[in-house]
Amino acid sequence: MTSEDNARQSTATRPSLFLERQSYRRRRLSDAARLLPFLGAALIGLPLLWPDGSAGEDAVPLSSAILYIFGCWGALILISMFFGFVAKRFAAREDTETDEWRH
Amino acid sequence: MATLNVLILVCLGYVVLLFGVAFAADRMAVAGRGKWLRSPLIYTLSLSIYCTAWTFYGAVGNAARSGLEFVTIYLGPTLVMISWWWGLRKLVRVGRSQRVTSIADLISSRYGKSNTLAICVTILAVLGGTPYIALQLQSITLSFSIFAEADSSGLYREGSSVFWVAAGLAVFAILFGTRNLDVNERHHGVVTAIALESVVKLFALLAVGIFVVWGIAGGVGPMMDRIDASEIGQWNVDAGRWTTITFLSAAAFVCLPRMFQVMVVENDDEGHLRTAAWAFPLYLLLMSLFVVPIAVIGLDLMPEGSNPDLFVLTVPLSQGNEWLAMLSFIGGFSSATSMVIVTAMALSTMVSNHVVMPIWLSTQEGSGSVSGDVRNIVLMARRVSIAVIMGLGYFYFHLSGGGAALASIGLVAFAGISQILPALVGGLFWRGATRTGALIGLSVGFFLWIYTLLLPGMGGGVMPASVLENGPFGWGWLRPQALFGIDGIDPMVHTIMWSLSLNTIAFCVASLLSFPSPLERLQGAQFVNVFDHSVAPQGWTGSVGQSEDLMIMTQRILGTIPAQVFFQAEALKQGGRGRLPEPTPGFLVRLERELSGSVGAATAHAMVGQIVGGSSVSVEDLLAVADESAQLLEYSGQMEAKSAELSRTARQLREANEKLTQISMQKDAFLGQVSHELRTPMTSIRAFSEIMRDTEELSAEEKTRYAAIIHDEALRLTRLLDDLLDLSVLESGQVSLNLGDSTLRTVLDRAISTALAGTDRKLEIRRSLTSERMPLQTDLDRLGQVFINLISNAQKYCDAPDPILTISAHDVGGQVVIDFIDNGSGIPPEAQSMVFEKFARVGFDKAGGAGLGLAICREIMQRLGGEISYLPGQAGAAFRVSLPLAHKQAAQ
Repeated sequence: MTSEDNARQSTATRPSLFLERQSYRRRRLSDAARLLPFLGAALIGLPLLWPDGSAGEDAVPLSSAILYIFGCWGALILISMFFGFVAKRFAAREDTETDEWRH
Repeated sequence: MATLNVLILVCLGYVVLLFGVAFAADRMAVAGRGKWLRSPLIYTLSLSIYCTAWTFYGAVGNAARSGLEFVTIYLGPTLVMISWWWGLRKLVRVGRSQRVTSIADLISSRYGKSNTLAICVTILAVLGGTPYIALQLQSITLSFSIFAEADSSGLYREGSSVFWVAAGLAVFAILFGTRNLDVNERHHGVVTAIALESVVKLFALLAVGIFVVWGIAGGVGPMMDRIDASEIGQWNVDAGRWTTITFLSAAAFVCLPRMFQVMVVENDDEGHLRTAAWAFPLYLLLMSLFVVPIAVIGLDLMPEGSNPDLFVLTVPLSQGNEWLAMLSFIGGFSSATSMVIVTAMALSTMVSNHVVMPIWLSTQEGSGSVSGDVRNIVLMARRVSIAVIMGLGYFYFHLSGGGAALASIGLVAFAGISQILPALVGGLFWRGATRTGALIGLSVGFFLWIYTLLLPGMGGGVMPASVLENGPFGWGWLRPQALFGIDGIDPMVHTIMWSLSLNTIAFCVASLLSFPSPLERLQGAQFVNVFDHSVAPQGWTGSVGQSEDLMIMTQRILGTIPAQVFFQAEALKQGGRGRLPEPTPGFLVRLERELSGSVGAATAHAMVGQIVGGSSVSVEDLLAVADESAQLLEYSGQMEAKSAELSRTARQLREANEKLTQISMQKDAFLGQVSHELRTPMTSIRAFSEIMRDTEELSAEEKTRYAAIIHDEALRLTRLLDDLLDLSVLESGQVSLNLGDSTLRTVLDRAISTALAGTDRKLEIRRSLTSERMPLQTDLDRLGQVFINLISNAQKYCDAPDPILTISAHDVGGQVVIDFIDNGSGIPPEAQSMVFEKFARVGFDKAGGAGLGLAICREIMQRLGGEISYLPGQAGAAFRVSLPLAHKQAAQ
C-alpha cells in the first residue's frame, strides 16, 4: 500500500477538516451579513467629522448631506437585499437536501 | 372647503373600511385561504407601525427645526434590521419557542418566570407608552384644528375634541384588539388592517412629497437649490444628539411593546425576517425621502410662527389642494390609529397577564382548581386596561399642555422604554444575567428616566422650578438635568447617557453578585442557546398532578373545545385510550406553553403550579444546567439504567410468576396424583378384604394370594407416606446425619446394585473406575439414596432403545463432582427449572412415583453440604452431584 492510498483512505473514513465549497461560501456570507451593521454604523457616523461651519470653514451644504445619507442608506438596503436572497436560496437548498436525505 | 363634518365622515368611513379588511382577513385565515396573509410583505408592512403620527407630522417639524437630525430616528431601526443575523433572529426564535405574549412576558420568562419583573416592565411600558399615546391624540387634534380653522361653522372646541378622539380610539382599540383571547394566535385581521394603513400613510406622504418637489419647487434640481438656500441649508447637527438618538431609536425599536407585538408575537415565519431586513429599511427610506423638501417648502411658504409639525397638512391646503390635504390627513390618521391599536393590544395584554391575573389568582389561592370563567376575566381586564391606558394618555396630554413639540414627546417615550434594553440583551446573550440584576438595573434606569426627563418635561408644576435649577434640598449635584454637576449637555443625551449606563452597570454588578434560582438558570440556558435546542427543559415532575383539575382549568382559559382537542391529542400521543393524558413532565410543559399563549408565562406557570404543586427543578437539574450536554447524557444515562433495572425486575417477576403458576399447577396435579396413588392401593385393599370377609369358600391358596396383595398395597402406601415424611423431615432440618468414611466407588457399587435389583428393564452403566477412588466422609446411606434415585430415574425414564447411563467423577477444586448422563431425550428446557421441585414430574403420562425423588435428593445434598443440579446441553438427561472431598471436610 502506497502512502497515497493511505491518504485517500484517511479522507474517506475521517470527516473532512474543511467544509465543502458551498458550505464554506454560506458561512462566509453569514459572516459578511454580521459585519454589515458595523459598516452601516461607520457610514452613519462619518458625517459627524464634516465641518459644520463653526470653525470658520464652509459647512457642507444640506443637499450633499442628503445625497450622502440617502446614498449610504440605499446601499445598505441593496446589500441587505442581496444577503436576504442568498440566504433564502441557501435555506431552500438545505430544505431539499434534508428532504432527499429523509426520503 | 371640506367641512369638519365631511372630515368626521371620512374618518368613520375609513374605520369601517379597516374593520371590513380585518374581518375579511380573519375569515380568509380561518378558511385556510389567503396565503398572502402570511407573506413577508404583510409582515414588513405591519412592522411599519413604527412610523406613527409622530413620524408622519413630527419628522417634518423636526427637520424644520434641526435639519437632518430627524433621520436618526429611522437610521437606528435600519441598523437593527440589517443586523437581524445578530439579534432579531434570536429574539424571534425565542419568542416563538417560548410562546411569549409580550416584551414583559419575555423578560419575566427569561428570568425564571418572575412576576415581579413582569410587573416592573409592564409599569415601565405603560408609563413609556402614555406620552406616546398623548402624542397621537395631539397629532389628530392638531390636524383637526387645521381643518376647523378653515371651517366657518365654529363648532370645533379643542378640549372636547381631544376627549372624543381619545374615547373613539379606545373603542376602536377594544373592538379591534380584544376580539380573541390567545395573543399568540396570530391576529391576521389586525395585522392586515395595519398593513393597509401602512400603505395608506406611505402613499399619502409620498403624494405630498411629489406634489412639493414637482408641483411647487419644479423638479429635483431646483428643489436641491432651495434646500441649500433655506435656513436649515447647512450640515449642522449636534454630534451627541446624532449618535444618541440613533442608538435610542435602535433600542426603542426592539423594546417598544407594539414593535415586539408585530415583530415577535405576530411573526408567522422566521424567514420573513430575511425579507423585512431590507424591505423595512426601504419603507423607512421612502417615508423620510421627502421630509426635508416638505420642511423647506413649508418654511418658505408658510407665514412666520406657523407650526412646522403640521406642514404636511398646511402646505397642500395653502396651495388650495384640498384633496391632497385630505389624503395626508388620512395618512396621519392611519399612523395614529394603527399605533394606538397595537400599543393598546400589547399593553393591555401585559397589564392583564402580569397585573390583573396574578392578583386574581392570589384571591383564588388554596383551591386547587380554578373557578369562574377565566376567559371573561382576561378579556374584561384587557378592555378595562385599554380604557385606562387611553385615559392616562389623555391625562398626560392635558398635563403637558399639548404644546411641546411632537418629536420631543416621542423621544421621551423612547428613552423610557429603552431602559429594558440591558435586561433584554443581557438575557439573550449572557447566561449569567439574573433576576436580581434585571430588577435592580430596570429600577435604576426607570428612576433616572422619570427624574431627569419625564418629570421635568411635563412642566406645569409637577416638578418645582427650584428643584430643576438647584437640585432637591439645594444639592446642586443632583440637579435633574445636570447630574453630578456635569452641565451643558442636551437633556436627552444627558438622560440617555446616565440612565442607560447606570442601568447597565447596576444590571451587570447585581447579576455578578447574585445567584440565580434553578428555574432561572434553566430558562437562561434555553434563551441563550436557543439555536442549539428549541425544546424546553422539563420543568415539572408530573405524576402528582391531577389531569382532571388541569382539564377544568384549561377549559376555562382556552375554551371547552380547544382544551378538549388539546388534551385528546396529548392522550393519543401518550398512547392512552382515555380522554385525559397522564400528567407527564412533557405534557405539563406543553400545557403550560399553550396556556402562556393566553395569559402569559408567569401566570401560566403559577396556574399549573397551583394544581401540580410546586416547581420541580431539583439538584440534578441544577447540576445539569452547568452543562447541557452533560445534562442530556446524564439524563439519558439515568433513564437507561432505570429502564434496564426495570426490565430486569420485570423479567424476574415474570419468571417468578411463571414458576408460581407452574408450582400451583403441579400442586394441583400432585394432589390428584396423591389421591390417586392413595386410592388405588386403598381400592384394592378394600376390594380384597371385602372378598375375604364375604366369600365363604375361599381356598387357603386364594386367601394367601389376596392377603399378599393387600400387604403389597399397604407397603406401597407406606412407601409413599415414608417419602412424604422423609421430605418434610429433611426440609425442616431435623434430620441427623450418620457420618461415615468410604470411597465413592463403594457407594456407587451399592447404589447400582440396589437400583437395578429386580427390574426387568435393561440399563447399561458406564463408569470409569479409576476416577472413583476418591475418599468420602459423609452420610453414606443418604448419598447412596441420591445415587439410587438418579440411577433408577435413568432406568425408568431414559427413552433410548438401548439405554446407557454414563457416570463420571472428577475432582474440581476440592469438590467431588459426579455426573449422571443418559442417552435419552433429556428433560425439556421449560421443565428443567422444575425438576427439583416437590411433586414435579416430567410429563404426566409417564408412570412413576409421586414426584418426590429429586426433591428429596436436593434436600439431602443440601444437608450434606453439596448440591445437585441439572446439567443442560448434554446428550440426554444429565445431573451433576457435587460434594466436598473427605479431607476438606475433615479439615473444617
